[in-house]
Amino acid sequence: MSVRVRMPTPLRKFTNGADEVNAQGQNVRALVEDLERKFPGIKERICDETGKIRRFVNVYVNGDDIRFLQNLETSLKEGDNISIVPAIAGGS
Amino acid sequence: MSNPTTARWVVAEGSREPKNVESVLDLIGETPLLEIRRIAQGISPAVRIFAKLEGLNPGGSVKDRAALKMVQEGIKSGKLREGKTIIDSTSGNTGIALAMIGRILGYPVELVMPTNVSAERKRIIHAYGAKVTFSDPLEGSDGAIRLCRKILEEDPDKYFKPDQYSNPMNAQAHYETTGPEIYRQTDGEITHFIAGIGTSGTIMGAGRYLKERNPKIRVIAVEPDDALHGLEGLKHMATSIVPGIYHEEELDAKIPVSTEDAYAMVYRLSQDEGVLVGQSSGAAMHATLQIARKLRSGTLVTVFPDFGDKYLTTNLWTGWRDRMSVGNLKFSI
Repeated sequence: MSVRVRMPTPLRKFTNGADEVNAQGQNVRALVEDLERKFPGIKERICDETGKIRRFVNVYVNGDDIRFLQNLETSLKEGDNISIVPAIAGGS
Repeated sequence: MSNPTTARWVVAEGSREPKNVESVLDLIGETPLLEIRRIAQGISPAVRIFAKLEGLNPGGSVKDRAALKMVQEGIKSGKLREGKTIIDSTSGNTGIALAMIGRILGYPVELVMPTNVSAERKRIIHAYGAKVTFSDPLEGSDGAIRLCRKILEEDPDKYFKPDQYSNPMNAQAHYETTGPEIYRQTDGEITHFIAGIGTSGTIMGAGRYLKERNPKIRVIAVEPDDALHGLEGLKHMATSIVPGIYHEEELDAKIPVSTEDAYAMVYRLSQDEGVLVGQSSGAAMHATLQIARKLRSGTLVTVFPDFGDKYLTTNLWTGWRDRMSVGNLKFSI
């Protein structure tokens, strides 16, 4: 089962510059682990030391913030569109 | 009996008559310095810390200064004239400033910003009647810069672009106002000037002025510790489009601050000092305390670019009480 993950600019150094990657996972937690396997180092940018999504990072599944779904346990299905978006724009 | 500090505020000590002004633009600048006392505990008594409260500008941020100067210069040079529309890319505060100034001076304003800027900023800009084009949030502020360039190229005659990242008038505003105000307000005793870098206008302009007055004044920049951060308004220079006005060689040092430390400092400032600020102020305060702890004496001045009311809907405040009450606020200073 494969989903598409859109990457923000600051994380593209892990993905060789790709703005979109394919990854696997039954839920967001598994997806993050799969991303870490493919792109070592990326997990600690997305999650804090307790494993939770960092507060300034928003993860969307088909446009919905996972904080309003089941957070890391939000289940995924084939073809879902995931976006990882910094909670702020930065650099005014 | 109340202690003297309390008594000072309970008993009225005369009043300061507010000045009358002809325009909101006359209220830009001349912001006060707030002495930071409570969270500065543990540092040498000969070290004093002040924060310049830029949230008291009429547009609510330090960006009023640069925006006004760039627009004034545009009018003076003839580049901004009747029929032109002001356009720029911004993550918010400059947009608010331009929207406000455009209203007063009679120029339409169009802004390009990523969709993930805080809801409050979008609403304020909407309330001023400026037009907003949203850029891809995944591309951050650099994406807004690129989209703005594209819009401009399609109809170059329509627009005047202040271009806060490259316009020397951005830094000049701070050279002419912020720097002199700080020098005067500290009776020339300032030893360290600490400010965050977004466009770098504040630190470049005010820093240059202060160094001219006294070359011993240390000018120190604050930046996010990583490309992926939650410090709205600040730029991680190593991974960003570097502003044309940024000259790193003029800085004495650069201090990286983590988003977590900056957020924790925002909570401390609201709880201990009673001042509710944005996250870039938290970052500036965190770095300032780091420096202060190493000093035996000195007068440190930092800049609080805006107040916290524009971030109340952001993740900054989600669950903050839980983090406070369980005592797990961590400070790496």
